[in-house]
Amino acid sequence: MIQFNNVNKWYGEYHALTDVTETIAKGEVVVVCGPSGSGKSTLIRTINRLEAIDSGTITVDGQDIHRRGIDINALRSRIGFVFQQFNLFPHLSVLDNCTLAPVALGARPAQAHQKAMQLLDRVGLAHKANAWPSELSGGQQQRVAIARALAMEPPLMLFDEPTSALDPEMVGEVLLVMQGLVRDGMTLVVVTHEMGFARDVAHRVLFMDEGRILERADPHEFFNHPQHPRAQQFLADIRTPFARAA
Amino acid sequence: MIELIQTYWVYFLIGQYPQGPLGGVVATVLLAALALLLAAPIGLLLGLARVSAQAWLRRPVTWFVYLVRGIPLLLMVFWIYFYLPTVTGHKTDQFSTMLIALVVFDGVYVAEIVRAGIQGVPRGQYEAARALGLTHARAMRRVVLPQALRSMLPSLVNQFVSTIKATSLGYIIGLTEASFIATQINSQVFVHPAGVYLLLSLMYFVLCFGLSRFAYWLEKRQARRALPRPEASSANAAASAA
Repeated sequence: MIQFNNVNKWYGEYHALTDVTETIAKGEVVVVCGPSGSGKSTLIRTINRLEAIDSGTITVDGQDIHRRGIDINALRSRIGFVFQQFNLFPHLSVLDNCTLAPVALGARPAQAHQKAMQLLDRVGLAHKANAWPSELSGGQQQRVAIARALAMEPPLMLFDEPTSALDPEMVGEVLLVMQGLVRDGMTLVVVTHEMGFARDVAHRVLFMDEGRILERADPHEFFNHPQHPRAQQFLADIRTPFARAA
Repeated sequence: MIELIQTYWVYFLIGQYPQGPLGGVVATVLLAALALLLAAPIGLLLGLARVSAQAWLRRPVTWFVYLVRGIPLLLMVFWIYFYLPTVTGHKTDQFSTMLIALVVFDGVYVAEIVRAGIQGVPRGQYEAARALGLTHARAMRRVVLPQALRSMLPSLVNQFVSTIKATSLGYIIGLTEASFIATQINSQVFVHPAGVYLLLSLMYFVLCFGLSRFAYWLEKRQARRALPRPEASSANAAASAA
């Protein structure tokens, strides 16, 4: 589904992605983790070209995403993206958030409306269809953001730290919706610090540091027998956050 | 004062029309209205060019903005009045001269207001729109600009109010707008300068005040329709979290 081939990216002098080569299969659920600044957000944002790359190729469904002249808008409509900060459109109702893109890209309004209501129902927010985004809690906003991304019926969904901006008690409701997508056989790439989600739901974990993928393993292996010293340190840090200080 | 108004009100209102060119208050209002109507879309386009990712579009427009902003409106009027005819080959009349000057001048200032408005909308809004597959143009029109417009409105009103007053510069090149006519009346009557210029001031005030009130009404109407303020949103979020 997604193939990275020797991808490199710089921000000025800073080497954000170094020789990334990786394949993500259709239907696979991949969690990307690593310390902050390790390049995981940059990596996921290159998949739908929110970030440009400087060398290498990324193909999604056989299409070279970063090739000049490619119809990036058509490709992006096939890739759902969920942001850390939700980014709902505050001037549109919850329902209009979900129908904006489908209608703009040619769907009939009545159909888009019906589809959006189905999706809102699926994330448990059909009763909020006419609310403004600002009237919702963070967890509800993120669930709407997921419904909005699903409205284009993408076979692939990307999540960039979807629960990091949420109060702890709202993390579960969002993860539950994501788990539902996994059951439907969707391809998911998730940048997250939710190790519970990685352990229980992911098929594979990618560990990144300093712009490189240092370890790829199934979750069980990764959590019980991390190979790379950085991965061992990272897991130790998140398990016992105070150990280093002490 | 009453006598003054009774004698000269038609002259003040329309100048020598229909014997001469349309002038007076009507010319002032017409000039200001046309300037606003033309400057708004031009300013919008220039503003969009100012934030464009395409350097070939952004750079020349940026320099144009700096250039126009760096010279007084009066000089702009002179350039158009005295220099433009040598390029086009025929004389630019006073009304067109003022109109062109105001549109260029206003367009540039509106462009900066538009730019600030767009840049005030969080980057994530544009990214979210693009990530859904919307084109740059659609993302701007459906997502970014509607949000930007709300913050732009007070500055736009400011700019348009100063446009109304700037029409009085037409006096310099002999455009028979309200200030010119008022001065004519003053030199005919001679004994009531205070009255004449008080009436003139009052006229400008009414126009500007009217525009401000209209904008205020527009702002209120917008606020009722959508977009609760950030304070309200965090209060709501806190309430639903509790």
